[in-house]
Amino acid sequence: MFFKMAWRNLWRNPRRTTVILIAVVIGLWSLLFLNAFMRGAIEQMVENNISILTGHLKVQKTGYHSDPVIENSITQPDEVKGVLAKVLPKEARYTSRVRLQVVASNARHNAGVTLVGIDPEAEAEMSFIGDAPLQGRYLSADTPHKILAGRALVEKMETQLEYKLVLMGQDTQNEIASRAFRIRGIFDAELESTEKQYVFVLKQAAQDMLRMGPAVSEFSVLLPEGALLPGVAQALKEALPEGYRVYTWRELLPLMDAYLKMFDGFIYLWTVAVFIAMGFGLVNTILMTVYERMHEFGLLKALGMKSGWIIREVLAEAFLILVLGMAAGNGLGVITVEAMSGGLDLSAFAAGAEFAGMSRIIYPRIVLQDMLVANGVVFFLGLGVSLYPALKAARFTPVEAMLQT
Amino acid sequence: MAIVELTGVTKTYQQGKVSVQALRGVDLRVEKGSFLALAGPSGSGKTTLLNLIGGLDRPSQGDIRVDEHDFARMNQSELAELRLFKIGFVFQSYNLIPVLSALENVEFVMLLQRIGAAERRQRAEAVLAEVGLSGLLERRPLELSGGQQQRVAVARAIVSGPAIVLADEPTANLDSKTGQGLLEMMKTLNAQKGVTFIFSTHDNMVMDYARRLVLIRDGRVAEDQVKGS
Ligand SMILES: Nc1ncnc2c1ncn2[C@@H]1O[C@H](COP(=O)(O)OP(=O)(O)O)[C@@H](O)[C@H]1O
Ligand SMILES: [Mg+2]
Repeated sequence: MFFKMAWRNLWRNPRRTTVILIAVVIGLWSLLFLNAFMRGAIEQMVENNISILTGHLKVQKTGYHSDPVIENSITQPDEVKGVLAKVLPKEARYTSRVRLQVVASNARHNAGVTLVGIDPEAEAEMSFIGDAPLQGRYLSADTPHKILAGRALVEKMETQLEYKLVLMGQDTQNEIASRAFRIRGIFDAELESTEKQYVFVLKQAAQDMLRMGPAVSEFSVLLPEGALLPGVAQALKEALPEGYRVYTWRELLPLMDAYLKMFDGFIYLWTVAVFIAMGFGLVNTILMTVYERMHEFGLLKALGMKSGWIIREVLAEAFLILVLGMAAGNGLGVITVEAMSGGLDLSAFAAGAEFAGMSRIIYPRIVLQDMLVANGVVFFLGLGVSLYPALKAARFTPVEAMLQT
Repeated sequence: MAIVELTGVTKTYQQGKVSVQALRGVDLRVEKGSFLALAGPSGSGKTTLLNLIGGLDRPSQGDIRVDEHDFARMNQSELAELRLFKIGFVFQSYNLIPVLSALENVEFVMLLQRIGAAERRQRAEAVLAEVGLSGLLERRPLELSGGQQQRVAVARAIVSGPAIVLADEPTANLDSKTGQGLLEMMKTLNAQKGVTFIFSTHDNMVMDYARRLVLIRDGRVAEDQVKGS
């Protein structure tokens, strides 16, 4: 009968109840949606960044990370390869690359780019270049004088397929090496900055040009799903001889790590903001109904109802509002996110978001944990603040309450 | 046997700097099975006295016992318990819980007494039939007339067989014919079931129903007469 009473009491003032219900619904919905949106954005951001030649792990020569010059290359790649083959889980992938800052030029323009010498087949499995839309063709073992360039770079340099780009950089002998490559493919990337920064040639071609012999700049590793990154990183560190360093993507992308933390903080702040707005509404509404029904509570006490029961009675009303609001809010949240599962196109704002490695299209994603947290906050804090009006109601003495005629 | 015993009861209300002496020393014994009217002009202290007997408020001085329970020794929670099981209340107005039907209003106290659903319902129906409301069980208070509402209140007050029923001007908001009907009904319950009633009034017609009439004036018992029935 308590819930029946609470339920009927709620609808004595349908407008007020509806308003506060809407507040709960919007609050919860915005929490869910924001969480889903952020979650989607973050995951894609991490994936994008990992696929832009980072991988989950990298092995480099000590010193390369802070000073990525050719002297800090891995001169005995077979040594590293052996360790990788031994230590990594079976399904893990890895590849080695040559990387160097060079200048690309043609008759009209110069641009600083990162030359990436790759093993085309292994690389395609590892990073974005394997899936990127490509005009023209990909590299293969017999294309030592061909190059892949990004769409934005090609446009900036006013060039096109089959035209030449000359790359210039410092070789192992401290001399300027240069070599001309013909554009075999133009790739599109998620981010314009990626298109402008990277050009791809065969690893062998890069090694020849820079007189590196078999040396490479780094090994990049992609772990199978479920593998524990820190554990693998530790095992690699122990197995590798002196002179190498292992980096996880969190170390390689400190900005990304900072962003993850910032987003967490942002979601937390938003949760607090939503909750404060909703909590005030809830307390106010219930307080109003409590004062309006003062003589009713007086009557209940006169009849022998103890304070505890009265508190329960008031909390039951808050409970119903919260549960109704949560049901609707969750439903609405799931529906909205479902409706946007095709992706939310942010290209209009992408220019600003791009530096963080955010995608142009975000796929919001609801995670059970986020949902539980949002609901938990709304529910328990909601009941918590309702305790205030409940205690007020319990404190009316029958005599003073009855005087309010 | 005295079901209510008051000795030297005073009550002073403090309103800011002004203190109002509502009761100035009341001694009163009420026997089981009484049908007693507290009569007196408005402001004489009737409501205050009933509130004290019902344990809704505490006296400034003096002792109050109801059904052998010494109020001075009881805390709020024990007083609530006593009200729940031993004392029925009928107020002048705002007697019923607006969101509950007549039947549910009567059932409600039994719910607090932790009586099972089936028994609650059966007893509530029976007592509502006794007060003549069989056809109106599902009506909400607002759908009942003033007289019918007071009957529901009486039904609720007596449903658990309390030691006393306290009624503060139960007929004040009713027209005289309806008021007489209510009093007749209370009197019948008193005669047939031995329910002890203490009710207050300032209406001469109502006083005529009482078997014992206690006149209150200026916070004191001015007259106490037992009338032949
Ligand atoms: N809560 C209160 N605070 C202050 N004065 C009160 C309060 N209740 C009653 N009084 C005063 O006590 C006196 C007796 O009141 P009451 O018991 O209500 O009389 P009655 O019911 O006979 O009309 C009156 O003077 C009234 O103004
Ligand atoms: Mg009065």
